[in-house]
Parts: sequence; structure tokens; C-alpha cells
Amino acid sequence: MEFGPHLLLASLEGAVSAAVLALTAMGLSIVFGVMRIVNVAHGEFFMLGAVLAWWIASMIGAHPAVGFVVAIVIAPLAVGVIAAVADKVILQRIGYDPERTIVATIGLLYILQQAALMTFGPDARPVTPPFNQRIDLPWFEFTKNGLGLFWPWGLSITSYKLFVVLAAILILTGVWLLMTRTRFGLIMRATQQDREMSQAFGVPVDNVFAYVFGLGAALAAIGAVLVVPVQQAHYLMGHDPLLLSFIVVIIGGLGSLPGTVIAAVLIGMSDGIISVFFSPTLAKIVATMAVAMVLVFRPQGLVGKAAS
Amino acid sequence: MNILETRALTKSFGGIKANTNIDFALEQGRTMALIGPNGAGKSTFVGMLSGRIPATSGQVFFKGKDISHLPAHRRIALGIAYTFQITSVFSNLDVRENVALAARRDRTKSEDEVAERVAGVLARVGLSDRMEQLAGGLSYGHQRVLEIAMGLVQEPELLILDEPTQGLAESEVTEFVDLINGLQGRPTILLIEHNMDVVMRTAEMITVLNFGEILASGTPQEVHDNAAVQAAYLGTTTNAES
Amino acid sequence: MTREQKSLWLHAAVVLVLGALYFVLPEYHAGNLARIMVLAVYAMGYNLLFGYTGLLSLGHAMFFAAGMYGFGLAVNHGGLPAGAAVLIGIAATLVVSVVVGFLALRTRDVAFMIVMLMFAQTGYLIILYFGEFTRGDEGFVVQQAQRGLFGFDLSAQGIRYWAALILFSACLLGIAKGVNSRFGKALVAVRENEERARMLGYDTHRLKFLAVVLSGVLSGAAGAAYGLLFGYIGSTFATVQYSIFPLLWVLLGGAGTTLGPFVGVLFMFYLIDLSSFLTDAYMFIAGIALLLLTMFAPKGIVGQIRASRVPWLP
Repeated sequence: MEFGPHLLLASLEGAVSAAVLALTAMGLSIVFGVMRIVNVAHGEFFMLGAVLAWWIASMIGAHPAVGFVVAIVIAPLAVGVIAAVADKVILQRIGYDPERTIVATIGLLYILQQAALMTFGPDARPVTPPFNQRIDLPWFEFTKNGLGLFWPWGLSITSYKLFVVLAAILILTGVWLLMTRTRFGLIMRATQQDREMSQAFGVPVDNVFAYVFGLGAALAAIGAVLVVPVQQAHYLMGHDPLLLSFIVVIIGGLGSLPGTVIAAVLIGMSDGIISVFFSPTLAKIVATMAVAMVLVFRPQGLVGKAAS
Repeated sequence: MNILETRALTKSFGGIKANTNIDFALEQGRTMALIGPNGAGKSTFVGMLSGRIPATSGQVFFKGKDISHLPAHRRIALGIAYTFQITSVFSNLDVRENVALAARRDRTKSEDEVAERVAGVLARVGLSDRMEQLAGGLSYGHQRVLEIAMGLVQEPELLILDEPTQGLAESEVTEFVDLINGLQGRPTILLIEHNMDVVMRTAEMITVLNFGEILASGTPQEVHDNAAVQAAYLGTTTNAES
Repeated sequence: MTREQKSLWLHAAVVLVLGALYFVLPEYHAGNLARIMVLAVYAMGYNLLFGYTGLLSLGHAMFFAAGMYGFGLAVNHGGLPAGAAVLIGIAATLVVSVVVGFLALRTRDVAFMIVMLMFAQTGYLIILYFGEFTRGDEGFVVQQAQRGLFGFDLSAQGIRYWAALILFSACLLGIAKGVNSRFGKALVAVRENEERARMLGYDTHRLKFLAVVLSGVLSGAAGAAYGLLFGYIGSTFATVQYSIFPLLWVLLGGAGTTLGPFVGVLFMFYLIDLSSFLTDAYMFIAGIALLLLTMFAPKGIVGQIRASRVPWLP
């Protein structure tokens, strides 16, 4: 393939991973923003979403679309509930101390991951996409008759992948509306601003935190359900989303929602593009190093404003 | 000789000036009280002296040497001791170790000499019988005394006490005054203090800070007679008391 | 007896008991114990930073791996004798910890943890990227012929045990002495209240830097020793999991205690060993242990004993 079509293909693949990443990282970012804690088990909630989606789809066994629709409703809900329970049982008990929370969520990470290994098994398992038409894409060339279109072999995307991007945009819009236009969002933002004051004004902070933690996990699970028809479910699949979400949240500025989306698109796209043209390992080295350097030299993130 | 001087020392937080062009001098061996209403910029000022708060502009001189660019720990090492306004001790360590940590800053002292000095200072402030207790378990008043002990044991040339009597009971305040007045080979002391009674009983000099600027400076009598001070600060106190 | 004397006797007793155990234990357990002692050195290195200085690192695997790969690559590609290769391993860790310490200490708290995690992840990926030399995921074996030191064959079970014991004892006694020194006490001051320590005239930044470097070098020495004694160099040792292990060991045994790291490794090793009949998913046990420790016993085993019974425990 020529360079141009190749780049277009890489960008389209990049857009799919950016979409999923934006959802996952948004979950991490909301949890950090409101609760001021780093959830190291976030990737495992992603994995749980994927594994549950496989499980639901194979249980139902009807048309793939039916299984998928049930999965995208049930799996995030279930993961959200698990996370909320974990919040109540574990994090609330240690008072959301930042360091102890990290250690506790590392524990949770291994418990969830290994529980998946013990039940789901070590194999990767696919989920059939609900629909999957191939859409060939045209490319242009200059001929002596002027600009001409042609369809290079291999330059195509599936309808399902386009759907993933679209769905992510819709869900993120929904999250934004939830945060800015609803009472729940107001309560969340108030808690984020001043935890004690909110408590004094009768906000049930403990419950808000459980909801927020659940919401964060559910967002990761939605991302996973969307991606699992493309990527297969596996008990170790939580690792990369966790790392990439960290990267996104840090580059985007800790706790900043618009920053998170911008960074997710940036990282998702460039990860996709760099991985196509260079070695994926090199792409990851650059990304992790970049994150470390951003934290060291510009802790407010690239998008965030400098604190006074 | 002036042990401490500042020239045009200024601090602004995001455009708002907390201290403006402060020219200040403190003579060696004196006890000076720094007074002024809440928000006058006293803590910011001593923060800049000790290096806890970086100055926006201006200079600090200690024993004639420009220390404006030294980090806090280097200034302390030159002989400035600083006690916190909000009690800050090593809660999980015992009283002895708290004071020993302060004493060990002088690396020329052996561990035995450190122990001796610690015991001496603790006896002087009346904490000898609590050496083994965890600092976090002391009463508030004792923690304040411990703070002062941590300052004294360094045998500093300049001791900066940031509101040492805040929150103390009446009897403890008296003990504090006696302690300060009874210090042998007394260091130069810069005292931020709200309690005018303590100021009058300990300080030889007073500097009044208001809205981040020096309003007046001099002996207690001079300051007391200063019309501007009376209007801005003392007057209100007298009125409130009468 | 003073505290220092009690502490000296206790540590000497631990070393003697470990020496005597060699003659009593069945071969399988003696082999385990040799491994435990080397890993305990890693844990002690970690404890120096986490337990004494109060800095929680999520990236110590990079130090362990730097020592291990420094040693392994020097032997396999550099053709150096084992002794020199160990020194190369330690030198590699020194460089890594100086650079990492310089950069990472510009951050604090949670940011510090994440920066360490990211640096370690970068290190792991670099090992994979240069798979040509490091053999990537597979790792490589250091041949028996290359594992001799001062004429001793360190691949032999008995000699391996004594070598591990010597390394372990040296570290244990060194740390026991070090934490009682002014430097050690200053580190504790940083852990307990950094701002107060700074305002007592301690250069807290320098203290933290030295702690990172010392902790890194000890961890690297453990990594090099592990490669030398057990003959395998693998990228597993550079993964996040190997950064989490020392945290787990130290939390379990007792952070800020001299014997905690060893006790933690010992318990965790046998917990995993025993549970391996039940399940392959041994990290499940590790996860539960981490969770329970943070929630209910943040002081760890030795810390708990010190708090409730033996206040002089070092």
C-alpha cells in the first residue's frame, strides 16, 4: 500500500483505540478528580467488562446482536456494582488515604485478575460483533484527467468499528451532560471542590464516592464491551488500558475532563499510527517515558493550567 | 551590630502583595516582638527570613551575609532556629528523639554531647519526666514547649518564635515568659506574638506590621506612643479592653 | 543491656540460626531459604526507602533488573568473570538510581509513585526492545562455568546457601547499624515530618536522594546476586509484579523494622509455595494479602510485635 492510504488506515484504527481509551481514561479521571485517589485496579474493571461480555454473549447464544445489546447493558452495570461494593468494603475503611488506596487497589487488581484466570481460564476468547460489514474506502490520485478516486486493496474499515467511535462519542457526551447538567453532577462537583463542606451541607459523601467509583469502573467496562468484538477477551488484557489511561490522565492534567478527552485522542491516535509504522514496543517506551517526564517537569499536565 | 537585616523584602501571591518593601533590622542580642493584626503578613515575613517561603524580591542579610538565595536548611545551619506557628513535632517519635534530632544538626557534637544537651534543655523547659513519651501523646501545651525546646537545643544565634503562646493556658504563658527571660547567654529572639502582655514582658524592641508594611519600630514605649500605631492597632486593643 | 546491644545480639542470633539451619533443613527447604535470603536483601533495600524514609516506590524492579541484567549481560556478552560482572551490575544500578532519583524526587506522594512506576515500565520495555541481547521474554541462562567466584562454584547448592547467607548477613548487620546512625535517624525524621526536618536544618532533598541511591544499589546487588546464584536472567524480574513484591514483603513483615523484610519474604514465599497445590493463581493470594494488610495490619508482623510486646525491637 502507498503511504497515504496506509496513514489513513492507521488513523482509522487509531480512532477506534482512541475512542475506547477515552472512555476508559474518563473513568479513571472522574475517580481521581472527585475522590482524589488513584485506582490501580482500573484496568481490571476493563478486563471484567470484556470477560462478562463474552460470558453473557455466549450464554444467550441467539443472534450476536442480541447478546451484544444485553452485554453492553448488563456488563457495565455489574462491574459498576462490584466497584461500588469494593469502595464501600475496602476504600471507605481505609479512609481514602492516597498511599494505602494505591496498595489496596493493587491487591484488588491481582484478586480480580487471578479470579478471572481461575474461572474464565487463560485463553483469549472472541465475541462476535453484532454487525460487521466491510466498508471499502477510496483514495485519490492525480491522473492526467485530474483528480481521480480509486479503491486500494486493503483500505477498508468495518461498520462495527465506526459504530465504536460513534458510541464512544455519544457516551462521553452523556457523561459530560451528567456532570454539568444534573443534580448528581452538581453533587459530584461540590464534593470535588470541598469534601468537608459538602458533608456539612448534607451531601452523603460516602455514597457519592461509591457511585463515582462505580461510574468510573462502568465506563472502563463499556469501553471493554465495545472493543471485545475487535480484540478478544483475556484475563491479562487490563494491563495496557491501565497504563494508557494513566498516560492519558496525566498528560491531560489530573482530573481535567476535557484534557482527558484531548489526550486520549492524541495518545490513541499516535499510539495507533506509531505502532503501524514503528515497533509497538518503541511506541510504548516513548509514551511511558513521556508520562514520567510530564509528571516530573509539568505536573499540571500538558493541557492543564499551571497552579499558582 | 545587626544580626538580621532585610532590604525591600517583598512577597506577592498571584499579584496580591503580602509583604511590600520591608526594610527591617534586628540588633544582636535583642528580643524583638513582631506584632500586627491578623493578615498583616507577619508569618509571611518570618517565612521569608527562614527560607520556608521564597521571597518575590528583596534581600535578607544574616550577620552581614546575603542569605537571600540560600535554601531553608542552609539558613538554619547558619544559626537560625525556627518554631512553627502550628505545632509541628515528630509525633511518632519520643520527646528525647525530637529534641535530639534538633541537636544533631550540629555535626561536630558527638552523640554523648547531644544526649547531654538534650537532657539539659528538657530540664530547663520542664519536660525531663516525659522524655520517653511519644511527642504525639503530649498535651497541646507540652507540645508547644517541646517546639521551643527543639529551637533552644540548637543554641541558635537567632531564634524565631512564631506565636509560641497561641492556645496556651494562662499559667503556661507565664512559664513561657519566665523561660524566655531566664535564658542564659540569650540568643537574639524574634517573636511573633498576639498577646500584648507577653510582648511587654519579654520584648525590648517592637516592630509593627500592618497591611504588609512596617508601620512603626522602636522600644515598647516609643511604639506605644506612636500615633499611627495607636490609630491602627493599639488603640483598638485599648478600647476593647476598657 | 542497652537497646543497641540488644539489637546486636538479636541480629547475630538470627544470622547464627540461619547458619545452623543449613545443617538441619532438608535440601528442598535449604534451597528455598537461599532464595529467600537473596530476596530479603532486595526487600531490605526497598525497606530503606519505604520503611525508613517514607517514600513509596512502585518501580523498584528496575533496580533489581538493572543489577541482574548488568551482571548477566557482562558475563554473557562481555565475557567477564563473575566477580567483575557483579560489580558491573551494581554500577549499572548506581547509574540508574542516580538518574531516577534526580528526576523522580522532583515530584512527591502519588506523583512520585507513578513516576517510579513509569520509569520501571520503560526499563522493562527497553529490555524487551533489545531482545537481541536480552532474549526478551525468554531470558537467558548463565552457564555453570561462568558462576565461579574466588574459586567457589556458586551453582552448587551448599556454597550457594553460604554465599546467600554472607550477603544477607552483611546487609542485615549493615542496615541495623545504619538505621541507628545519625543518617538513619535523619531518614526517619524525613519520614515522620519532612517539613519539620527541613526547618531543623536537614537537607531533606539530599537525604531522600541518598536513600533512593542506597536503596537502589542494595536492590541491584540483590538482583546481581540472584542472577549469579540461580543462573537465570529474565524480563519477568523487571515487570510491575516484581516492583509490587518488595512492597508486599515489607508491608507483611513490618515497614521500618530491620527484620521485617526477611520475615515478610519468608512468610510470602511459603504462603505461595503451600498454596500452589490449591491453585496456579498464586498472585491471588498475594492480592488478598496486600488488601488485608493495608486494611487491618498496616504495621506488619514485626511492627505489630514491636507495638504490642517488645518496644526495643529494632
